[in-house]
This record gives sequence, structure tokens and C-alpha cells, in this order.
Amino acid sequence: MNPISFLTQMIRIAVPYLFAASGGVIAERSGIISLSLEGYMLTGAFSATLGAHYSGSAWIGVLAGMFGGLIFGLIHAVASIRYRADQVVTGIAINLLAIGVTRFFLKLAFASSSNSPRVEGFGGNIAAHGFDNPLLWMGLLVAPVLAFLMYRTPYGLRVRAVGEHPAAAASVGIKSSLVQYVAVAISGILAALGGVFLALDQHQFTDQMTAGRGFIAVAAVIFGRWDPVRAALACLLFAAAETLQIQLQGNQLIPSQFIEMIPYALTIIALAGVVGRAVPPAALGKAAE
Amino acid sequence: MSSRFRENIEEALFPPVVALLVALICGDLLIMSYGQSPAIVYRLLLEGTWGNAYGFGQVLYKATTLIFTGLAVSLGIRAGLFNVGAESQLAAGGFLAALLGLVLSPSLPGILAVFLCIVAAMAGGAIVGAIPGWLKVKFGAHEVIVTIMLNFIVLALLNYIVAAKLHVPETLHTPEIRNGGLARLESFIPAFHGSAANLTIVIALIAAALTWAYLFRSRRGYELRAVGLQPEAAEYGGVSVGATWMRAMVISGAIAGLGGINYVLGYKNYYEEGFAGGSGFLGIAVALVGRNHPLGVVLAALFFATLSQGGLAIHAFVPKQMVEVLQGVVILAVAMSVPEVRAALRRARKPVAA
Amino acid sequence: MTAPPTAMGGRENIAIRMEGIDKIFGSVRANRAASLEVKTGEIHALVGENGAGKSTLMKILGGLLKPDAGRMEVNGRDVTGWSTSDAIAAGIGVVHQHFMLVPTLTVAENIVLGMEPRNGILFDYSRAVAESEKLSAETGLAVSADARVSDLSVGEAQRVEILKTLYRGAKILVLDEPTAVLSPPEVRELWSVLRKLRDAGGTIVLITHRLDEVIEISDVITVMRGGQTVERLRTSDTTPAQIARAMVGRDVVLSSRDEASALGASREGPDTESEAGFHPSDDMTSAIRVNDLVIMGSRNNRAVDGVTFSIRPGEILGIAGVEGNGQTELIEALAGLRPIASGLMRVNGHDVTANNVSERRDAGVSHIPEDRHRRGLILDYSIADNLLLGQQTDYTRRGIIDATRVEQNAQKQIEAFDIRPPSKELPARALSGGNQQKVVIAREMGRAFTILLASQPTRGVDVGAIEFIHSQLREARAAGRAVLLISAELKEILALADRVAVMYRGKLTKVMPVAQADEETLGQYMTGTRSESAA
Repeated sequence: MNPISFLTQMIRIAVPYLFAASGGVIAERSGIISLSLEGYMLTGAFSATLGAHYSGSAWIGVLAGMFGGLIFGLIHAVASIRYRADQVVTGIAINLLAIGVTRFFLKLAFASSSNSPRVEGFGGNIAAHGFDNPLLWMGLLVAPVLAFLMYRTPYGLRVRAVGEHPAAAASVGIKSSLVQYVAVAISGILAALGGVFLALDQHQFTDQMTAGRGFIAVAAVIFGRWDPVRAALACLLFAAAETLQIQLQGNQLIPSQFIEMIPYALTIIALAGVVGRAVPPAALGKAAE
Repeated sequence: MSSRFRENIEEALFPPVVALLVALICGDLLIMSYGQSPAIVYRLLLEGTWGNAYGFGQVLYKATTLIFTGLAVSLGIRAGLFNVGAESQLAAGGFLAALLGLVLSPSLPGILAVFLCIVAAMAGGAIVGAIPGWLKVKFGAHEVIVTIMLNFIVLALLNYIVAAKLHVPETLHTPEIRNGGLARLESFIPAFHGSAANLTIVIALIAAALTWAYLFRSRRGYELRAVGLQPEAAEYGGVSVGATWMRAMVISGAIAGLGGINYVLGYKNYYEEGFAGGSGFLGIAVALVGRNHPLGVVLAALFFATLSQGGLAIHAFVPKQMVEVLQGVVILAVAMSVPEVRAALRRARKPVAA
Repeated sequence: MTAPPTAMGGRENIAIRMEGIDKIFGSVRANRAASLEVKTGEIHALVGENGAGKSTLMKILGGLLKPDAGRMEVNGRDVTGWSTSDAIAAGIGVVHQHFMLVPTLTVAENIVLGMEPRNGILFDYSRAVAESEKLSAETGLAVSADARVSDLSVGEAQRVEILKTLYRGAKILVLDEPTAVLSPPEVRELWSVLRKLRDAGGTIVLITHRLDEVIEISDVITVMRGGQTVERLRTSDTTPAQIARAMVGRDVVLSSRDEASALGASREGPDTESEAGFHPSDDMTSAIRVNDLVIMGSRNNRAVDGVTFSIRPGEILGIAGVEGNGQTELIEALAGLRPIASGLMRVNGHDVTANNVSERRDAGVSHIPEDRHRRGLILDYSIADNLLLGQQTDYTRRGIIDATRVEQNAQKQIEAFDIRPPSKELPARALSGGNQQKVVIAREMGRAFTILLASQPTRGVDVGAIEFIHSQLREARAAGRAVLLISAELKEILALADRVAVMYRGKLTKVMPVAQADEETLGQYMTGTRSESAA
């Protein structure tokens, strides 16, 4: 097994997780449960495909994907913040909605139930191992940038305050709902970028192509204890396990299904506090006043 | 009767009515974007579902599974727990039923075999439900995340077992159960010919009635609802909150697991990879629209099953994917209207004299 | 910052003037023509019992509530009905009883939250730390700016809360029961800080009920009672006794029945002066006996610190005291909702110390909880269902609740206790406070019990229901039951109890026959001015 090819494949697998988990971190730190990462991702993938197809430009696809994620993020935000709907339910609803909408428009635009036509992506130079794809670089940088935002800017401080103790934030005049709207919008855009990467990397959109990656991202958020860098490391860990399994496919040391289980099992263990406690933001899930 | 009572009913019924309206409006938009006439499409949808025996049979079949998952989720919610694991509980139940079916001696009378398989299905779901219950009581681990994660784990595990050991070559399913299964409705009512509807629907309705009795007539049900409404008051009333949660998750899991027999014993007579097909998640929608009441769950299950089957019926005119969009929209609309309606009713209520 | 001179001549040194303030919540008049006048540069104590209206008045000052009538001036400017942000901008800083601090952030982050110092787009944390430390040094409020708030002691956290207000330029500080959570040395530290702030030109309003502290620190005292301002006193010119009398003094006319009882007309009181609640032979004759009870509070402190008493059948023991002195924890522990850290509890001679709620109920304990909305009732359950709470097993046969018996019971209780509206299917939420309490009382007193734990039984209840509840308690006593009555209403204790004790800071002070007790004496015990421990 070639270490270079292992690393590059691992990174390629990790990028969607990195984007989505970062989105999950900021939304949940602000107090809004983010089970909708899967839906944002799928929407981003499809919107990017649409955009790239009709414009012929991958960058337009990126913008379209971000826009799609933004719209879905705002829907989730309005339902959860303004209407105070149960955030678990809205998260699941967003996921179902994304599946339905992408399928519907897949049919409408491309007359197919399974996939879109081929679109332009980035890169393509095999020797570059994927590093000629600007989205890959963005994916690697998103976690540090998010960490910077959360720990070094006033907005980040407010996000952390609102997610832990909204009453304290209100007592100093901070508008919690505004902070949360922005956080969820950002999460929609970031998670969508994960889908954009997927779609452009595979040069097409296929039905339900995210295949549960959004939930691996949720696992990474929890396993990473809602910290951007830790969550990113969790993403890399999960991606490494996946890569290992792919590359060892012939050997069948451990059946692939058990490798699949790793992120989820680790998360449950983290929640049970077996190796240190994973404590969510104190006000997570409770609609701000 | 008192106006308060009427207000309770209003609070219960408003959201589903809102859901229906929203679905109709969205449906109109989507249909028109496809250049079709909503009136024609809706009529086609009704004809293809409740308008003919085969269609109606399919609606019943789909509704059956949804009744089980809807009951499971709603029971959990009544206890203050969110069981997102109905999908894997359903699959585990179906699997265990199929497994037992394979293992039982063919000479065993059919009825007994079916009965044992039913018990196995409930056990399968109960085991999967017990895990998040235990983790919550022991460690305070939030059941939403645990059940979501467990879904993946259990489904992967089942996938492994079937793929590695138990499948019929070239397929993704287990061998057929020899003792027989639950009869299709077509054997009683010839009009249902060709549809998957089977006796499980009867079991589903019985389960709904039993769930109602448990929740609203039994002592444990009284305590369960108390824990879901005001855990501190329940504690004051001598109820162990932890034990109640555990009980609720186990029963919820068992009901979801029982749903597995619809496919495994009633339709195909074997366990097949992916047979759950999202019914576990849709059960959440069913519980929500059904306002967590067994009667509402039955009606909501019929609603969503009609949508699902109706999508197929109108496929020539509008892609059936429209139905999936409607599903998501309905769930969002109901979820948003529940707190809104509650708040509006509170505002409208006259202040009580001290 | 000195107030600008105004056209009204000599008023410029009045920091706060509130006049004729009315505030009504539903049918409760929280403030009734209340007034307050605080000069700049003074430490002003606002005292009164629970429900006297002090917090409401301060919430109006702080902009959290708007008055229904009246006028408010700050530094000579009419600010009636302003908002929180206006108040903060004008230099009013409120330090709440329950801290508004984000536990996961550091001290400096909490202090600057919402007004963060910036360096371009960055949050300049080092400047936040520097400014916090500077402020801390200037005021003598010692904090470590870089510490996480969750690691702080209560005293330190309070200092952070004060610094928060000062960082925003507060010149008028309102502190709500600041010493409730402090140890004596921390209290002294707080005093020196407050004096320093006053000497620097700040104005301080201290909401408290602890008169020993009021004497120590304040310059002027305003006493509130029943929503009204009843006295204004110079601290140097008054005595604790005078203050206590103003706080608890006679107010509305008692109902004739209560009046007669208070005079001891219908009662045979058993006791002698040496009665301290502990007789060696009590095991057999006491309905409930409690020895050296220690119960831990939520801050790992001893909320109940070695309490001993006993109650005989046919006797009402009243425990008076301002809330927050351990009564809540005591009753919860006696009911089985809180663990007893050490000590003994016996009912009818049986040791029930380790029993759970149901077991205690079976042993004869009934409990009227102080918070009927949280504990006592399930608001969405019907009246009939609420009448089962805690006793549901008695109505169960083979796992099913006997609906007929439930209905019959509901009918009977509704009639016996005059619950209105008399509709058993109505959710408890729809009833008035008095009727809700009647449901609780019907349930807890309508069964055979040995000892009734009654905590604030008439709180939030209308006058008619109060009379009814009082007569129920008297009937129980006449029928040979024991009652532990915990109430913040002195009139109630004096009207009903046979013996009276006062709870102050977790300890039970002197237990005395009611004939020896009066409001003034009790008031002194309640506020810590007098303290002789029981036995």
C-alpha cells in the first residue's frame, strides 16, 4: 500500500466531511441542532451540477451550490428559530425535502431518475493527486478558518455565548436569534460545499449521492466535542478508516461493514462518556427567546 | 361542553389540517410547474389509491408498516423521548423473525410458527430500542444521536450477516421461510389480487388499540405520560423516571420491530436488504401529523401511504418524486405549526381570575 | 460622572426617584403606589419579605418591566417606562440573584461580551484581559481575568457580575440578595467593595431581607410591604427591631376566624416553655420525629444543617422564615425527593430515612409541594387524573386503572373541597390558582395520613380559598393528624400553629409555643437579628 496514494485518497474522502462538520459545529455551537447536514450536502451537490451544466463553468457551479445550501439553511433557520419547531424534526424534514427536491428537479431538468449528464469539475491532472482542485484546498482550510472565526472574532464569541447561556447574552443586549440565523446560514453553505466537492469530483450528480456522509459529519461534530479543529481531526480519522478498508479490500481482514460502523460506534462511546464526556452546548436545541 | 376541551381538540387538529392545506398548495405549484392541471392529477391520485382495489390494497400495505413505526415513535414522544431509531428497530425485527423462521422445524404448525416469529420480531426491535434507553438512563446520553448512530450500526451489521452468511445467491435476501407466513388479503378478498396487503394490517390495528389502552387506561401508561409531560411532577408522584424511560424505549422498539413482519411474513416471506425503505423515518412524520395519538397515527399512516402510492399512480403525468417533496413540506409545515398554534391558543385564552 | 445641573435646583444629587409606581400582574398588585428615593453616593437598602414588591420595583428601574402608573427619574431625567438598553446606557447596572454568566467562557470574555474590544475584525482578547484587570484593581474586586467562569467560586462569580456592570459604565448598582450565596468572609469583602464604589461617587441599592447586614452596610433604608413603601429610615437612627416591625407589621384585617384563632380561642395548646421539639419518649407519641437532619444544597453547601424536631398527632408545627434558608430542601427531603445526607427521620416510630417517595406515602406522609405548577400538578392532566398523582397504584387493578373509581373519587373530592369549575375532565391548567391548590389539597388531605408536609399552602391563592385551606388544616389537627406547616406568611403561621420555629440559614432557631410568639419576635429571628438555636 502506497503511503502517498493512501494519503491522497484519505483527503479526497475527508473533504466533504470537513466541510459539513464545520457547518455542523458552528450551527450547534450557536444552539441549533444540525441533523440536516445531509440535506444541505445533497442540495449543494445538485445545485452545483445544475449550475455547472447550464453555465459550463465549475465556479458557477460552486456558487450555485452555495446558494442552494443557503436557501435550505434559511428554511431550517426560520422553522427552528422563528417558528420554534422541534429541531430534530426540522432536521429530518430538511433531509427528506432535499431528497425529494433533488429528485424532482433531476427529472425535470435532466429527464432522469438516477443521474445528471456529465459536468465540468476542477483539476483533472492525475499527477497532482487532486491538489489542483481548489475545493480540496478550501476543504482543508475550512476548519482552521472556522476556528479562527469562533475563537478570535467578536461574532464567534457571541455564538459561543448564545449556545451556552442565551439569557446571559440577552442581558447584555445581544440578539440571540440573529446570531443563530447567521450561524445556520453559514452551516448550510459550508455543508453544501461538501456536496459541491462530491458532485464536481465525480463530474455528475447521482440520486442520493451523499449516502449518509452528512451523518458521519454529525458524528464527527460530536466526537470532536463541538470544536472545529477536533471535529476536523475526527473527519480525518473516519476518512482514514474508510480508506484503509478500501485499500485492503482484497485482504478482507475486517469486513467492510464493521469499518463502516466505526464513526457511529465512536460517537456513541463519546456520548456515554467512556473516554471523557462529550458535553454539548448547554442551550442546544432550545429555541432562543 | 367546556371550551377548554374544545381548545384541546383544536390544538390537536389544527396542525394536521395545516399540513393538508400546505400539501395541497405545494402540490398545485409542483404540478403546474410540470405543465399539468392539479385537478386532473389529484383526481388521478385518488383513483389510483382509494378508487380501485389494487391501489387501495397497496395503500393498506404501506400504511401497515407506517402504523407500527408511527406508534413506536409516538409512544416514545409521550414519554418525552425522541426515538429516531425506528428504521433499524424495524429492520432488526424483520430480520429476527426471518431468522427464526429459517431455524424452525418445517413440521411445526404454521400458526405457531408465525406466532413465534412475531415474538421474535418484537424481541429484535426491543433489543435495539433498549440500548439507547440504557445509555440515557445510565449516562445521560441523548437518545436522538444514539438512535441515529445505532441505525447505521445495526443496518451495517444486518448487511454483513446477510451478505456474508445468509443470503440466497444472486440476491440480497434470506431464504424463504418454509412454515408459511401471514396470508395476503387477496386470499380472502379477491379484489385485492396482486397487492401486497396482508393480515398484518389486522395486527397493526390491534397494536394501535393496545397502545391506546396502554397509554390511556393502564397505570404504567398514566405514569409514562406523566413523565413525558412533567418529569418533576411524576417524580413527586413516586414514579421512577429512569425506569419509565427504559420501559418506553423497549416497548417502542418492540412495536417498531413488529412492523417488520409486514414485509417478512406477509409479503415476501423472507428478509431482504433495505426492506425498511425509510419507513422508520417516515414514522416520525406519521407520529407528528398524528399528534402522537394512536388514532391519529392510523389516519396519518393512511395519509402518507396514500401519498406514496398515489405518486406511482400519477407517474405518467408528474414524476413520483413530487410526493417526496410533499412529504418533506408537510413535515416542516406541521412541525412549524405546532408551537405556533399552541401559542396562538394561549394568547386567545382569557386570563384566569386568581 | 456627576449629574448635570437641572432647572429644579437642588435635585441634582438624587440618583433615583420613583413615585406612585403601580404594577399589576393579573389580580396581584405587585407594586401599589410604591416609591423610592436614592441619593447619589449612598448605599441604600431596600428591605421587605418575599412578595413585598422589591424585585418588581427594581425590574421596573432596570427596564425589564414597564410600570402601569407612576413616574421614574434617574439623575433628574424622566425615564418612566424605559428599556433595558436605555437603562444600561444611562449607567444602571443590575446584579441578579441568579448570575447571567456564560460558564464556558472566561471572566474577561464574560465581562466584555457585547462590547468586545476590537483590533480590526479580530476580538482583542488581550485588551479585554487588560481592561478587566485594570477595572478589577481599581475597584478591589479581585478576579483572575483568564479563568473559566465554571471554575469560579460563587463569591468570585458575583464579583465578575459586578465588574460586568462597571465595564458598561454603571454608576448606579442594584444588587438583588447578593449575600444569599456568600460565606461571611465573602460578605465582608463585598462590603469593602461597595464602600469603595460609593466613595468613588457610585450609588448602590441593595435588595435584602437580612437586617444584620442592612445595619452593617447601608446608609438609608426603604422598607416595603405588600407592594407599598411603608418606611424610610436612616440606618444610624434606627434599630433592627424597628425595621423588623416595619417589615412584618400588621396590615390588612385578618378574617374573623383567623383573628379568633390567633387569640388562641379554639385551641388546646399542649406545651411548656422547655419544649424544644425533642422528648426522649417521643418515639411512641410523635407522628414524625427528625434528628440532626443534614441535607445538601445545589451548591454543595449544607442547605439544612442539623435540624431536629418532632410533631405530635393533633399538632401543627409552623416553621417561619424567608425563602432560601433551607425550607425547600427540608420538605423535599422529608417527602423523599431529596436524599438525606445524615440524620434520622421517623414516622410513627418507623425509620423512613432511606425510603423513597412511594414508601413514605404508604407510611403516612402527605405532601403539599410549594410549587404546584412544577411538582404538585400535571397541568395537562384532568382534575380527575391529578387527584391520582402519587396514589395511582391504589386505583389499579391488574395493571388497569379503574376508571369508575377514579370518576367517583373525583366527584367526591370536587364536592368536598368545592373545586370550581366542578368539571372533572377539565385540565388543571384551566383552573385558577386557588382551585388548583384545592386539587392538591383534596388529594393530599383527602386520604388517610399521619403527617402532612404543607409548604406555602396558600401562595398565589385568593382570599376565599385561603380561608378554606386554613379550615382544612384545623380540621386535620382536630382529627388527630400532624401537620408541618412551612410558610413565609407570618400571619398564617401565627393563626394556625401550635408551636412555632424559625428557619434561618439552614438551622432551626428557637421553637416556642405560639402563645409566646408574635410578629416582631419572629421577624427578628427570620432576619437573623436574634438567634437562639433550639436544643
